[in-house]
Amino acid sequence: MPKDNAHNHGGIGASPKRREDVRFLSGTGNYTDDINLRGQAYVHFLRSDVAHGKLNGLDLSEAEKMPGVLRIFTGEDFRTAGSIPCGWQVTDRFGNPMQEPRHPVLCETHVRHVGDPIAAIVAETRDQARDAAEAIVPDIEDLPAVVDMRAALEDGSTKVHEDLTSNLCFDWGFVEENKQAVDDAIKNAAHVTTVELINNRLVPNAMEPRVAIGDYNRGTGGSTLYTTSQNPHVIRLLMGAFVLNIPEHKLRVVAPDVGGGFGSKIYHYAEEAFCTFAAKALNRPVKWTCTRSEAFLSDAQARDHVTKIELALDKDNNFTAVRTDTLANMGAYLSTFAPSIPTWLHGTLMAGNYKTPLVYVNVRAVFTNTVPVDAYRGAGRPEATYQLERVIDKAARELGVDPIALRKQNFITEFPYQTPVAVEYDSGDFNRLIDKLEAQADLGGFEARRKESEAKGKLRGLGINCFIEACGIAPSNLVGQLGARAGLYESATVRVNATGGITVMTGSHSHGQGHETVFPQVVADMIGIPADMIEIEHGDTANTPMGMGTYGSRSIAVGGSAMVRATEKIIAKAKKIAAHIMEASDGDIELKDGKFTVAGTDKSLAWGDVTLAAYVPHNYPLDEVEPGLEETAFYDPNNFTYPSGAYACEVEVDPETGKVTIERFTTADDFGTVVNPMIVDGQVHGGVTQGIGQALMENCSYDADGQLLSASYMDYCMPRADDVPFFVIDHSNGTPCTHNPLGVKGCGEAGAIGSTPTVINAVVDALQSGGHKVDHIDMPVTPSRVWAAMQTK
Amino acid sequence: MSQVTMTVNGKTASGTIEGRTLLVDFLRETLGLTGTHVGCDTSQCGACVVHVDGRAVKACTMFAAEAEGAEVDTIEGQAAPDGTLNTIQQAFQDYHGLQCGFCTPGMVMSAAALLKDNPKPTESEVRSYLQGNICRCTGYHNIVKSILAASGQDVGHIPGGIAAE
Repeated sequence: MPKDNAHNHGGIGASPKRREDVRFLSGTGNYTDDINLRGQAYVHFLRSDVAHGKLNGLDLSEAEKMPGVLRIFTGEDFRTAGSIPCGWQVTDRFGNPMQEPRHPVLCETHVRHVGDPIAAIVAETRDQARDAAEAIVPDIEDLPAVVDMRAALEDGSTKVHEDLTSNLCFDWGFVEENKQAVDDAIKNAAHVTTVELINNRLVPNAMEPRVAIGDYNRGTGGSTLYTTSQNPHVIRLLMGAFVLNIPEHKLRVVAPDVGGGFGSKIYHYAEEAFCTFAAKALNRPVKWTCTRSEAFLSDAQARDHVTKIELALDKDNNFTAVRTDTLANMGAYLSTFAPSIPTWLHGTLMAGNYKTPLVYVNVRAVFTNTVPVDAYRGAGRPEATYQLERVIDKAARELGVDPIALRKQNFITEFPYQTPVAVEYDSGDFNRLIDKLEAQADLGGFEARRKESEAKGKLRGLGINCFIEACGIAPSNLVGQLGARAGLYESATVRVNATGGITVMTGSHSHGQGHETVFPQVVADMIGIPADMIEIEHGDTANTPMGMGTYGSRSIAVGGSAMVRATEKIIAKAKKIAAHIMEASDGDIELKDGKFTVAGTDKSLAWGDVTLAAYVPHNYPLDEVEPGLEETAFYDPNNFTYPSGAYACEVEVDPETGKVTIERFTTADDFGTVVNPMIVDGQVHGGVTQGIGQALMENCSYDADGQLLSASYMDYCMPRADDVPFFVIDHSNGTPCTHNPLGVKGCGEAGAIGSTPTVINAVVDALQSGGHKVDHIDMPVTPSRVWAAMQTK
Repeated sequence: MSQVTMTVNGKTASGTIEGRTLLVDFLRETLGLTGTHVGCDTSQCGACVVHVDGRAVKACTMFAAEAEGAEVDTIEGQAAPDGTLNTIQQAFQDYHGLQCGFCTPGMVMSAAALLKDNPKPTESEVRSYLQGNICRCTGYHNIVKSILAASGQDVGHIPGGIAAE
């Protein structure tokens, strides 16, 4: 709820109009493709049209003579460059490191997926570069493509990487010490429910395709990369230190307005390294603009798990153990965070909202001749939630008990709660969420609505889902133990100007989340000045000391906390200055509504008086503090945050066609403190729609030869406006996070994590209500799949 | 190469183009009007919607040469000369109808075309009309709400999606 003064200052709890909107609504945003540098050349990548092959050579002779061609680069040009790095090393069940193949900027000896870049043509214009690419004749000797994960693991399978021992990246067990106890619990259970399912492969599809522009200044020896990134500092580190050997002080990375990311713009991609490298080689800026067709072949893809989950219950329906067995597709190379997704971001959530004492998660990660797979909105946590909530729903049906009652009976109710899968939940109230959901979704009225649907010849189903996620990623010391090759803190610099206005430089990047509006609300609240006195800068390594970027619902929880810490330092220093001027002791100074007062007196100073004194230090405690008013803080969280939620979905199924429509979708979320309710609503709307997309229509599909069948919006079905209803959203029942200064938990991924099982539980309910013996149906539940399922008796 | 001349946002604009130059590339690259975006290459996403002689057109689906002599309106011409947002733009800000902003120019231009033909559309008519505009951020909730509000209809009964203060 808004604080008393929230609306005066536009502070925490207010929903001011977004500042970003005016430029986006009037066509004056500054996206990377809107940037054109003087003298810029254009690159087009020639990409492999086969999934697997030996690259014997490239005939460039004709292409090099084409109009406008400046130079054609091949893998040979990058022999001395490093491999595109993977940022996370997983250790397998036996204590061995994962298999980690080289990932060259341009293919060297082999092509390993359709879309793997084999040559880069730089020309005066984009069309000339594209024309020249058609004149290149690659000599590729086809090899059998490895597409199916089970086949990839069979003895004698073709290897995606001939220098690795097999296609198994790692075989991970968690918690390995619990394996025997879990096996015993399942053997001795009163009831075991099993579900085998596929978490379908997705393409994130941010609406802005990726773009990179490399620039090099011979005068300074400095390189600049403009790129569509969620984390420019991470790109600077990965590309500079591991691929191109450019130290940070000679490399600037700028990510200006970015048109959505959803994870796909976290990673360091080959095209970024190429443009930076080529700009220096040619002494000209080099620009690459990805087409959508190219994005389907080169943006990291997502999910793609094949899972068997077993839930054991005692005679009183208490959960006693969970055991899972998952194959996780890595694609042809290891993308930046890929190994962490099916392991630490997935296994650690397998307790869900429940008191299950024993959990064992086995994940075998597999190389295939497909585009690399990495994090996409939720990243591991949707995969965990989907299987757990499907198996619970199935268990309730098998046992003939109410699915909500079964969940409630097994809820964790006391916090903090140490799960058997390493994480400790700090706060939550799952009963309150589901009670809120029952009221808000009018679950009591469902049977009447079902009868109405049936009167129209439709089947109606109700799906319920409860979930928890680990967000606010992440404590550096913990993730270091788990294999991360980076820290996951965030930084902020708060620069107070002489006349009192403030510029905050944050390492959190905004690409739709509205940080430019939300972050000032927090600082405004702390100082008691209007939010419009505060400006946010982000997205440029030249203006922020360090930044780990935006993903894992971490911006407000980690980036916002860094900003709070820096602002606290500002306030402490400003109080010293105020104390000196008012001839009082520091401890007696109070700051409220932008005014410094001395307790018990009528002395006061305005915010601007003190900020001016900091830069005009005539009457100033120079022996105690330096002039100026600028502070930097790094915040490293000491735990994850744990947003949780309860969702309900009602679907109608048309028995004639198998078409599923979403009739109602209701959410009750616990995000802790909510800084800007309007923006949080929007995050839930978008996340839920992405989950509905996965459940109903989205599917990234390869044929047996590794050709991508869903390589355009003609074939990959994106949710449109008429695929979703208005949503009923609630986040008023938050329990504040106990370990960060704002009590915030993060809201970016919840919708995508919570929605897929909700929809599928509803579809199964609808089908069963029609007498169909369907206890599971794989996503996406397209009309043909549902219709086929309804033909089973 | 040939010369093309058209009226863009009320001003005469001309440039030298290849026969294969798309209208969207002429607007973005030749005229520097980068508000019109390119989100796909199969005329599906609608980020490039502009008005040509008063009708909504995907500017990636039309050659620049085909716009010879036409009146073209883009997102840059929608606000008043002093920057005041038009009714549709303002509704998108009031009801949080955009997040990353990339699909937004196309959404605003499509909404303008819809409301010109159908000044008081139903929710279902708005959703149906937007089939050619893909948004990945908003789940369409607040886009539909913004367009209904821009048409002057009461949106107070629509759940969720708190409006800006």
